Amino acid sequence: MAIARPGSYYLSEGYAARLRARYAAEQRFKAYGIAAVAAAAVMLVVLLGTIVGQGYTAFWQTQIRLEIHFDPAEIDPQGTRDRSVLATANTMKLVRDSLAAQFPDITERAERRALYDIMSSGAPFQLTRMLLDDPSLIGTTRSVWLTASDDVDQFIKGYISRDVPESARRVSDLQIRAVDALASRNAVEKQFNTVLFTGGDSREPELAGIGGAIVGSFLTLLVTLALSVPIGVAAAIYLEEFAPKNRWTDLIEVNINNLAAVPSIVFGLLGLAVFLSVFGMPRSAPVVGGLVLALMTLPTIIIASRAALKAVPPSIREAALGVGASRLQAVLHHVLPLAMPGILTGTIIGMAQALGETAPLLMIGMVAFIVDIPGGFTDSATVLPVQIFMWADSPERAFLERTSAAIMILLGFLIAMNAVAVLLRKKFERRW
Amino acid sequence: MSIQTRTHVKAAEATNPQAAAAPAAKMVARDVKVFYGAKQALKGINIDILENKVLALIGPSGCGKSTFLRCLNRMNDTIDNCRVEGLISLDGEDVYGRRIDAVQLRARVGMVFQKPNPFPKSIYDNIVYGPRIHGLASHRDEMDEIVETSLKRAGLWNEVKDRLREPGTGLSGGQQQRLCIARAIAVSPEVILMDEPCSALDPIATAHIEELIDELRENYTIVIVTHNMQQAARVSQKTAFFHLGDMVECDDTEEIFTNPRDERTQGYITGRYG
Repeated sequence: MAIARPGSYYLSEGYAARLRARYAAEQRFKAYGIAAVAAAAVMLVVLLGTIVGQGYTAFWQTQIRLEIHFDPAEIDPQGTRDRSVLATANTMKLVRDSLAAQFPDITERAERRALYDIMSSGAPFQLTRMLLDDPSLIGTTRSVWLTASDDVDQFIKGYISRDVPESARRVSDLQIRAVDALASRNAVEKQFNTVLFTGGDSREPELAGIGGAIVGSFLTLLVTLALSVPIGVAAAIYLEEFAPKNRWTDLIEVNINNLAAVPSIVFGLLGLAVFLSVFGMPRSAPVVGGLVLALMTLPTIIIASRAALKAVPPSIREAALGVGASRLQAVLHHVLPLAMPGILTGTIIGMAQALGETAPLLMIGMVAFIVDIPGGFTDSATVLPVQIFMWADSPERAFLERTSAAIMILLGFLIAMNAVAVLLRKKFERRW
Repeated sequence: MSIQTRTHVKAAEATNPQAAAAPAAKMVARDVKVFYGAKQALKGINIDILENKVLALIGPSGCGKSTFLRCLNRMNDTIDNCRVEGLISLDGEDVYGRRIDAVQLRARVGMVFQKPNPFPKSIYDNIVYGPRIHGLASHRDEMDEIVETSLKRAGLWNEVKDRLREPGTGLSGGQQQRLCIARAIAVSPEVILMDEPCSALDPIATAHIEELIDELRENYTIVIVTHNMQQAARVSQKTAFFHLGDMVECDDTEEIFTNPRDERTQGYITGRYG
């Protein structure tokens, strides 16, 4: 085709149609983009909405006020005030006596037992703790807020309906009558659930908390951080600044990139086979969890650090070398400080990933039911995501809301860590 | 570098009448060949760099000027597959020999780069970095003195003396380049290499740097790579024309620009190619 009079072509109807088609394509592309973003946003809102909707009630726990008579004859008949005597005192009887006194009409044995069940099995321990803190309570009568059982708690929060036939309900008619009676005397109240944050795990939802899991996660991440950052950054510096570019370093690079994509459970199997079986390290311990997560995080940190080092303009290296700095001096004095924000961001994102990791820790036994809050790196412990996994597995209704609450707390930590990463990047970012 | 090439170089030096007649050569290059992997970038360069003179290296892009410049202070060492053959000496000592360390050499042969590259630190820290790592100054007042004299020599003192603590990257392009020159001077080098120092600057900043080069000649030996023919004519006493990895011609600047011996040189300086 001859190229004749292009001017008239650009003014022709055919060309105008072409232009319209081009703009239409652009509009369509924008619309797809907006639709994709909107879909993602809706999913996020649904996800978060579900979790928050199910979980926010877990931050409150039903408490029942009882008039407790600290009967000396029951607690300490000899009057020794010895701590071991107080610690083993039958405080359960104090709770039961108080309930029985409030409902004198309930006398039958089975009914009595149902009545006692409105209180948590942890309530007597609360009294024991009070006694140990202040033995002068003996002989007095106090009104004390004690934890209600999880079924009563769920009933008060409205998750158990009165309309359901008694046989299909976790709370009996008698218990509902008792709770209603207590409520009419303002003796039932929802209070902030501190146990959720400070307690260790428990079979009883009202006594279960994620305190132990938070400490476990903290100890585990400390080990991960202490191992993966120095090793990862050193490896990145060597590979990026010093290593010759040959077949071997190419092989190492490919392997590091592949390791970043290895399913995390494989690292758990490695930890089981090497750290537990070969080195005989303790099961369920944060130190082993930290080692495994460090292996898992290393590729992330190495890749992020290398990218950060690569982003430092070569002119800075040349400038340093040009005034006679050695290569190590050029790296330590100039390149590394400039790459630090990127390295920190990579590290924090790697840590956030490690914080949310469950699968490898199942392999090394951190999925155990552990009531005590770990006191050291070799104590048995569990971590936040594993705790969530275990609670999600529990049948009690009250664990459902606690699972969601724990997810909210975990997400809170993750958001905080990512926010710190963004802030650090903003603060230390330098332009040249 | 094999023993054989070395003896060959020695012989060449002895029979070269020009080398004997010329004034003191600060640096000498004999039969310098550079390879990037299998590709040869320089095909045997022989140049004498005279003390307290400015040598301009000119030639079309990719002809090896910068490669040669970077051989003089072994900046090519940092490039993985780069190989240098032949002899380059500083005050008669082989710079690729065992007795000279690259770090030590770069302190004696300073460099100013094409793009101003101050460290993202304060002006003061930019200057004292070199002296500090070489142990030239340890006390505060010694450093202050180095900063002042270096900046004065680079003609920047009056403009920045009140803001030495501000970042060097906040200066204008021309000021940044003079800061880089001051940074190079601060370690008291004997030779200063400049790789197209004015290519990123406006004409006024360029004029400033050119004046500066002329002043610096008193104390330093200078080698400058430039694409600007007028600049080479203005600032240099000697000019070398490079073409496709060969040094075609090296002579007094006046001679090169008024009476080039080689046709290619003439073609290049009159703008017919390159």
